[in-house]
Amino acid sequence: MLSHLRTIPLLPLLGAAYLILVGRHHSRRAVHHIACMAVGAALVVSADAFFFGLPALVKEGGLTDVVGTWFASGDLRVDLALRMDALSGLMCLVVTLVGTLIHIYSTGYMAHDKDYARFFAYLNLFCGAMLLLVLGDNLPVMFIGWEGVGLCSYLLIGFWYGETANASAGKKAFITNRVGDLGFLIGMFLLFRAAGTLDIPALLDTARGGGAVLTATLWWGQPVAFWAALFLFFGAAGKSAQIPLYVWLPDAMAGPTPVSALIHAATMVTAGVYMVARLGAMYLLAPAALAIVAGVGALTALFAAVIALGQNDFKKILAYSTISQLGFMFVGVGTGNFAGGIFHLFTHAFFKAGLFLCAGSVMHALGGSGDITRMGGLAGKLPWTTWVFRVCWLAICGVPIFSGFFSKDAIVAGAFATEVFGPRLAWVSPTVGAGLLAAALGTAFYMSRLYYLVFTGECRADTRGHLHESPIEMVGPLVVFGLGAFLAGMAGLPPAVGGSRADLIGHWLAPAVGPPLEVSSGFEWRMMVASTVIALAGIGLARLFFGGGAREPARRFVAALPRLVAVVRSKFFVDEIYQWLVVRPLRGLSRGLFVVVDRILIDELLVGGWTFLVDTIGRFLRLVQVGDVQRYLAIFAMGLAALVYVMARPAAPSELKIRIEGRSAVVELGDREATSGKLDYGFDFDGDGREDRSGPSPNATWSYTRPGRYRLRIRVTDPQWSTARTIERTIDIR
Amino acid sequence: MTDLTLTVLIPLLGAVVVIATPRGDRTSRPIGIVVALVSLVQSLLILRAFDKSIGAFQLETDRPWVPALGIHFHLGVDGISLWLVLLTTLMVFLTLLSPQAMGLHKTRSREFIVAMLVLETGMLGTFLAIDLFAFYVFWELMLIPMYFIIGIWGGERRLYAAIKFVIFTLVGSLLMLAAILYLYAQVHAVTGQWTFDYATWATITLPRGPELLCFLAFTLAFMIKVPLVPLHTWLPDAHVEAPTGGSVILAAVLLKFGAYGFLRFALPFFPLAAQQTAPIIAWLAVAGIIFGALMAWVQDDVKKLVAYSSVSHLGFVVLGILVLSDKGIQGGIFQMLAHGISTGGLFLAVGILYDRRHTRQLADFGGLWKKVPVLGACFLVLVLASAGLPGLCGFVGEFLVLSGTFTAGKDWRASGLSSPMFGHPALLAGLAATAAILAAVYLLTMYQRVMFGPLDKPENRDPQVRDLGLRERLVFGVLVLAALVMGVAPQPILERTAASVQALTASYRDRLAEAHANPDGPARRVIPGQRPARPTTAQAERARPSR
Amino acid sequence: MPTYAYILVSLALFFVGTAGVLLRRNALIVLMSVELQLAAGTLALLAFSRALGDQKGHVFAFFVMALAAAEAAVGLAIVVSVFRTRRTANLDDVNALKG
Repeated sequence: MLSHLRTIPLLPLLGAAYLILVGRHHSRRAVHHIACMAVGAALVVSADAFFFGLPALVKEGGLTDVVGTWFASGDLRVDLALRMDALSGLMCLVVTLVGTLIHIYSTGYMAHDKDYARFFAYLNLFCGAMLLLVLGDNLPVMFIGWEGVGLCSYLLIGFWYGETANASAGKKAFITNRVGDLGFLIGMFLLFRAAGTLDIPALLDTARGGGAVLTATLWWGQPVAFWAALFLFFGAAGKSAQIPLYVWLPDAMAGPTPVSALIHAATMVTAGVYMVARLGAMYLLAPAALAIVAGVGALTALFAAVIALGQNDFKKILAYSTISQLGFMFVGVGTGNFAGGIFHLFTHAFFKAGLFLCAGSVMHALGGSGDITRMGGLAGKLPWTTWVFRVCWLAICGVPIFSGFFSKDAIVAGAFATEVFGPRLAWVSPTVGAGLLAAALGTAFYMSRLYYLVFTGECRADTRGHLHESPIEMVGPLVVFGLGAFLAGMAGLPPAVGGSRADLIGHWLAPAVGPPLEVSSGFEWRMMVASTVIALAGIGLARLFFGGGAREPARRFVAALPRLVAVVRSKFFVDEIYQWLVVRPLRGLSRGLFVVVDRILIDELLVGGWTFLVDTIGRFLRLVQVGDVQRYLAIFAMGLAALVYVMARPAAPSELKIRIEGRSAVVELGDREATSGKLDYGFDFDGDGREDRSGPSPNATWSYTRPGRYRLRIRVTDPQWSTARTIERTIDIR
Repeated sequence: MTDLTLTVLIPLLGAVVVIATPRGDRTSRPIGIVVALVSLVQSLLILRAFDKSIGAFQLETDRPWVPALGIHFHLGVDGISLWLVLLTTLMVFLTLLSPQAMGLHKTRSREFIVAMLVLETGMLGTFLAIDLFAFYVFWELMLIPMYFIIGIWGGERRLYAAIKFVIFTLVGSLLMLAAILYLYAQVHAVTGQWTFDYATWATITLPRGPELLCFLAFTLAFMIKVPLVPLHTWLPDAHVEAPTGGSVILAAVLLKFGAYGFLRFALPFFPLAAQQTAPIIAWLAVAGIIFGALMAWVQDDVKKLVAYSSVSHLGFVVLGILVLSDKGIQGGIFQMLAHGISTGGLFLAVGILYDRRHTRQLADFGGLWKKVPVLGACFLVLVLASAGLPGLCGFVGEFLVLSGTFTAGKDWRASGLSSPMFGHPALLAGLAATAAILAAVYLLTMYQRVMFGPLDKPENRDPQVRDLGLRERLVFGVLVLAALVMGVAPQPILERTAASVQALTASYRDRLAEAHANPDGPARRVIPGQRPARPTTAQAERARPSR
Repeated sequence: MPTYAYILVSLALFFVGTAGVLLRRNALIVLMSVELQLAAGTLALLAFSRALGDQKGHVFAFFVMALAAAEAAVGLAIVVSVFRTRRTANLDDVNALKG
């Protein structure tokens, strides 16, 4: 171990910062050297940490690196902490390896782009953010990476911002991700409220210990763990393009192809799967949440595979294929088969990145077009690309000995064999398993359709004259991915094939995500045979339909079911439905609120109402303001007289005591002036209007004949000025 | 050099010096910039002298002002005002430094600088005053230069906007004045002293009815400033018409006074009334968060869009303060600072666009990144900071406020608050969190329409649309750096606010418990900590909502 | 002569002056009426001063006279300037303060 874990994300981040600040002034060579070195160095450091830290990774829960407190307030404390354990170490290697290869590939692919430095700055930034996501030891740090990769995705999809469509696609990706991030945030808050911490190891310890705080019922009879898992999965669905938030990924193909390979196939979109696996122990506390994860995964796998059947854009097909494969991975983690899900993530990173890079190579050769109806017969023209594509194609179809076969099989067999759902939800397991088998058939079919339409038959491209294989910096990474797609499956051979120690990945991940799922040997063999049959059937069917270009059966099929084909081609109108159900109503509502509530109700009526009121009163008052000093003076004189009269009244007695003694009432006015003898008092005790007592004395007594309520009126007169004041009281005589 | 009187007086003296210079900005602008810089440096010295372990006021300076009425020129700084003072001096400095501060008006720049410096004095005094009379004087002092800044250097409807701004603010502050005078008398009745001293006032508990009225008077003044929906309509007008510098200061600093005053005065003076009305204010805050975001989405004018986004962002601050936990209040304070940086910067960026293109309509822009890459990059960072991207300044405040609100029920029980401030905190947090989506929607839409897309309008291709100059780069460099540093290392800020916030919440809880124990009593003095005010376990148990 | 006689004369003068101020429309006459009111006040001061054997009243009488002179000067100046601009000294025509 040569250095801290923090250097791993820091290297690409520094590279990005440098390139953003001064990259424009450097030559292309300098730019790509800096960018590739930054990621390559991160790969070296990761490998160094991984292999030197092997014992710690396996036994002690991993290496940690605490940079410092990020923020702390009250009982919330979030450290900038990184951790490399078995799972994050593996992810880290995948990310840096794929990242480095794609950086190298990009030097060829983007060679003629004028925003070279900006592109590599974004790529570096992405790698840094992705590594933060992977290595983050607590959920908020993970969230930095989580949103950071979303940002980079936004920037890179809209890299060619001159086209409004590209910029809009980037925005759509970011906003859809944000919708998911809301779930991530709420999931975090739920966990924090329940467990009082956001550190992943602490949360997992709580969960593994049975976690009473996590299994306490929260809403609608479901435990905290269920809701937290559900909200976090919503976040994962956003990032990993699952139903209902998958819509951004096909549009994301507007970005440069290396970006699609790195971000939208191999790394970022797998973050959701990674997160669920990372928090596996918590998910295991909530079988219902796992069932939802698995169900959504299977549904997405199938749905996206169906849509992929009807697409004609090279990259769009791969995008739907990615969505579908991510569904497979979610079924893996959703059936408690975390190692299986991560294994597929691992192999998928190779074959899907390989496929995208082949797409890039093909489009590079054809001058940028991705329409597969205008390709064909490229096998001879682009030999390296074709061979790599063949390997990756067979891998994704699940043909035996290729990597995808083992990882897909691990998931499908696990889906049938799992017991994680418990007796009440046991039906989920065969349902998702069957869904996956159907999706696998679809996968084999649409991928083979892609292969046959692009690489076999007659060349239908306009530029067939000067087709050329890509330069070495593009072919090199391609070949590496091809090898990976071929061999990566060896890392996770099922026990039935290679013996009990063959499942390297499963055993490797065991300390992080628990032991691999047990599948009986016989069942495993049967599943493998079934998968092989399905894969070959799909390929065979596709060959029948599209071998060497669209054939008669394909045309007949389209003619027979035009409606169905149209619906599939237009992706089941999901984008349009979202547009009409969510975006437009919300925007209409906002416009309405702005005009009706903000402008009219608040500004015109509430604010304007007050000003109108004040204005109206003012208009009336100005009638008094005649501008004639003499009238003012007259009013002034009258006012003065009134004031003098009021002020000259005898002061109110400072003390008025009324005592009731039996049937008599005794009134005493404790007045400073009362004793001066200058005032005259009159007392009307029974309220009949006549004064019963009067004279200079401020005190009086009166005996009532009957009990009852009486009105007592006292008059105080100043005879000198003839001013008077009266005081009234009500008294009860019993 | 850490005398707070100096802090307040430096800009004022600077203003006097600037008046004496000849017309135009040849000499007045350098002097103004230097004065603002001195002010900034002096506030940094205060930051250095500040002791983060003390929750009470520090570096106090107390001079009799009008002894006959018990008025003191009493200033002090604590963790709540410390960073706001720094924000003020920084933003005034940056505003004076940036060439676009006066908008398209190029005349009377000397007077503009004078107005800015007087405004700075008013703002700093308001943050630092701990004598209610001095506070009120500074509070009103801010109004005058801002009125002139909008009214003289503003856009077409500047007079309408300036008068609207003044009347809205005055309505609130005059009611507050009435409440201040009432309290002045009550303080005398209880303590026998004629005093405006903050610490004394914060120990007086009023009878219920007057407490509620006084609270409403104070709160109205503050909520207009925030602004809380539905008291916000002055804001878009003021922002749109104000010159760039006015908008920047208005957004970055002036809006903070609402939340600051609420936290500093309304809560400690009227604990029970605050609790009674907290549900209404909390819902209004959340309504404002969502409403402001939706309004921002449909604006065609960039400045109006940013103005409405302020309404949305400051709702978080109010919500955080009402939560009354360390997380909530510290998050609220942090959000104020972050909003100052990000929205202040956004207004500056919009001002530069306006300077180059003489329009603020979104439809008139498009594809500008090609022309102004440096501005585009800085603008993007500020947009993302405003949208609350983790790693930039906007995230920490929002995260703390939301997590504080979400876990509020638990925190209230744990801290011994006798009854909850408002119901359904988790629901409110969830609703408020949707603003994260909406912020991305309106900010990125705005950004895209300005910077992305084809560069197809001839006006946008004009060579006059040039990238940032040296001084502008400096200004944006500082802002972007601040946004980054605050996002990555917010802890130095948070740890300096912690002690004061804890002291404030602890005393609030004590006084609230006393008020609950003695709900209809007369005006009285309760000195927190001198009586066992924390409710007993039995009371706390009773207050716990039954499941 | 008894004091009340002086007071009665003073009262009469004051009311004559007040009536003039309130009812006459010519600015010059109004000014003269104001002088009458001031004279009434002076007379009352002197009368009380003599009755009480105190000299303060006399001092105040001088103050009032000085004040009257100043008031007449300023008032006449205003009237003259109003007459110059408006060609009238009629108070009904001078209503620039009308709301």
